[in-house]
Formats: sequence, C-alpha cells, structure tokens
Amino acid sequence: MNEKPEKLIDKKGLRLDGRKADELRPLKLEVGVLANADGSAYIEHGKNKILAAVFGPKEMHPKHLSLPDRMVIRCRYHMAPFSVQERKSPAPSRREVELSKVIRESLEASLFVELYPRTGIDVFIEVLQADGGTRCASITAASLAIADAGIPMRDLVVACAAGKVDDTVVLDLFDVEDKLGAADVPVALMPNLNAVTLLQMDGILTPEEFEKAVSMAMEGCKQIYVMQKEALKTKYMAIKEEVEEE
Amino acid sequence: MPTFFEKKQVVTPGELLAEGDYLIGENTYMEENKIYASRIGLVDLDNKRVNVVALRAFYVPKMGDIVIGTVKEVGFNGWTVDIKAPYTALLRASDVLSRPFKPQNDELSQVLNGGDLIVAKIASYDRAHDPQLTVGEPGLGKITRGQIMQVTPTKIPRVIGRKGSMISMIKQETGCQIILGLNGVILVTGKSPEFEELAMAAIKKIEEESHTSGLTDRITQLLKEEKAKLEENKNE
Repeated sequence: MNEKPEKLIDKKGLRLDGRKADELRPLKLEVGVLANADGSAYIEHGKNKILAAVFGPKEMHPKHLSLPDRMVIRCRYHMAPFSVQERKSPAPSRREVELSKVIRESLEASLFVELYPRTGIDVFIEVLQADGGTRCASITAASLAIADAGIPMRDLVVACAAGKVDDTVVLDLFDVEDKLGAADVPVALMPNLNAVTLLQMDGILTPEEFEKAVSMAMEGCKQIYVMQKEALKTKYMAIKEEVEEE
Repeated sequence: MPTFFEKKQVVTPGELLAEGDYLIGENTYMEENKIYASRIGLVDLDNKRVNVVALRAFYVPKMGDIVIGTVKEVGFNGWTVDIKAPYTALLRASDVLSRPFKPQNDELSQVLNGGDLIVAKIASYDRAHDPQLTVGEPGLGKITRGQIMQVTPTKIPRVIGRKGSMISMIKQETGCQIILGLNGVILVTGKSPEFEELAMAAIKKIEEESHTSGLTDRITQLLKEEKAKLEENKNE
C-alpha cells in the first residue's frame, strides 16, 4: 500500500480492509506467555503484535526514585527495529518516550498505589509488529500482564481508538487510516467503573463528531473487555478442564 | 442487597461482586457501596464478608509470619534477607547471637553468609519500616539440609489443607519434614532425595490445580503410585 488510495471508504461504506465503520479488527489475547516475568500478556490486534511484561512490586532501584507514601510505576513502550516497514532505530524516540508516559498514567489510575509504599513495578511493552493503534493495544495487554502478576487493581484497563476518515467517524483505525485520516481519538477505559483513564485526540473534529468518536471508542473498549476477561480466565480454566476430563 | 456471583466462581479484577450491606474481605474493595474484586481469584461469601481467594498474588509481610529467606548481604550489625516480598527484611546480629554484639569480637560472615537460607519469624513490620526478622525461637535459624521450592504465596493454605490434612498426609506418605514459609518458599527435608522430589512434585501439583475439587484424593493417589514405583526400583 505505497500508493495513496483515492478513497478510504468505498460506496458500500466499507473500509480498505473490508470492515464496516463500527467494526473492530480481529483480536487475540493470551496471558502468561513469558516464564521469567512476574506477569505477562500477548496481544494480536489486527496486524499489531505486542508483548507486555511486568516485574514487581519490588524495592525501587535506584533507591532515590522510591516514594515514601506510594508505589512507583515505571513503563517502557518500545518498538522493535523490525516492527515497521523502514527499520526503526532501537533507541527510544520522542514518540516512544511520550507513549511510555501516557500508558503509565492510564495504568496507574487502575492500581492501589498507596498500598505498597517505597516499592516499584516495571512494565515493559515491546511492539513486535505495528499497524496503527499500538498505544491502545499496549494498554490492553499491559493491564492483563499486571493482573497476571497478581497486583491488586480497581479494574482491567482496556483501550480502543476511534477517528475520522473521509468525513465518516470510524472505530479502531489501522495504519493507513491513521496516517491519511482526519483525526484519531484513543480512549482507555475501566469499564466496570465507567472511568476514562486516557483520552487523546490528534486532528480536527467538530464537537458532535468528537462526542460520536468517544462513545464509539468506548463501545469498542467494552467489546475488547469481554475478550480481555476471557483471556485472563482461560489461563486458569484450562487447568481445571484438563483435570476434570481425567 | 444482591450478590452477583456463584460460589467458587472465577472472577477478574473489577468484577462487581455485591451491592449493599456486605463487608469487604480479602482481595476486594468497596466503592459507592458496591464491592468489586481486585485480583483474579475464586469468590466466596463468608457470612456477610465477600472474599476472593487470589490465584495470583505476592507476599506481603505480616507480624508473626514464619518465612524462609536468603541472606543477601552481611552488614555492619546484621544481615539483609530476601524474603520474596516487595521489601527486604533485616536480621539483627544481636538477635542471632543472643548476647550483646561486639563488632571487634564477632565476625558476622562466619555466623551467616551471603546465600545462606534461614527460617525466620517476622518480628515487626509497618508501612514506614522494612520488616525485621527474628530467629530466637525453636525451629528457626539457618537451614543446613533439604530442598527448597517456591509456590505462589496464596496457595500455601491449600497446601496445608483443611486443619492441616493435606500437609500431614504428604508428610506421612513421603516421610519428609516440610516447613512452609508463608512467603511461598517451602523447605522439604527427607531421608533420601527421591522422597524429597516426590513431596515436591505433590506440592507442585497442588499449586497448579489448587482451584479444582477432589484434589486431596488425586494427591493421595499420585503419592501412592509414585511410592510404589520407588520401592520397586529399590528392590531390583
């Protein structure tokens, strides 16, 4: 897809990858994929492939970073050099540093940081393949990894984007739509508490379009949330079924 | 005042468990009079208290807990000990020596050195201070023999079983001494390494299948079968 397509949405209202305006990309979630991390998760969101690993809570190193009244969360969002078409330098870019920050903040809202003072947790997010909407998929996976590490949380955080392409508000933009579209609105949500932990927008939307995009993204989040819960349960249910079959 | 779960159902963090006149138990929290789960686990209602038995958790020190730790560093007047918790524990020299500690007479690394394993009790711990250990009680102190294994700390009650039924059964079948650290570290000491391995395999199985029913029977069966095999090999 090197040439710029004339239209991002065809006459039937279908998008370049054949989806309807309010349709998500296919999703696959897996929990506990890494043996060496305290908690881990893997997500395939369309063509996105992302690994998340969590360590801790443990004593902060270096010690001066620890806080006397709360737990510190460190987060590293990183794209592998082979995750995009042109080789990406493995050094953290400005964009990755920013994404690390917004992901960290959206996850922090779900944790009881005041319960474990003077400690810290590390969240590592490795994008193996990127196809638009990696920050959202990263949050979904990282939250699962935190739950897998046994760190108490208010709710799982789930994220999904909505945006505008060719004057239509659509759900879950992929790379081409993201680059050529008019706007992108990522939303992270704790669905049971109905609390938004991340809301960004780049591009231009009218107030009506913005409201539609946010509510659409929140609907998408709720759809992903069902799969997210399922993925977390699956890890433990598999053992249960195995035993019952014997 | 409804509850929203079946007994022993697997719940995920954030799942609404009950509303109204209920109390929060382990791994739950309350917001606007609603009770939610905060960890993945199995729910249970005990009177008015909603409890979640976590499937994954880490150890948080509590006063009076028996733990098994590794000596990390020898300091000026004590040791720092890794107890598999978010905080490093401290063990003071005067506690181990049971007499006043004089730096000029006592060489601490000859008493306990880095890498040594100890069974200890948590003497004190609060939000502002790291946990302090004590070994001044019978059964506590340096570990000299046996094998060590690690399980998720929340599974320790399951390994113990109802009124200690599970652990005493394993002890009886394998003839091993087993010390359970509440931080999830377990010490198994037996007559031969084979029986230690067998006890460890049984505990591993309990950890993996802790949320299933009829576990005691399956463990008994496993132990009997494996024991028979061991004896057969011995006779040959």
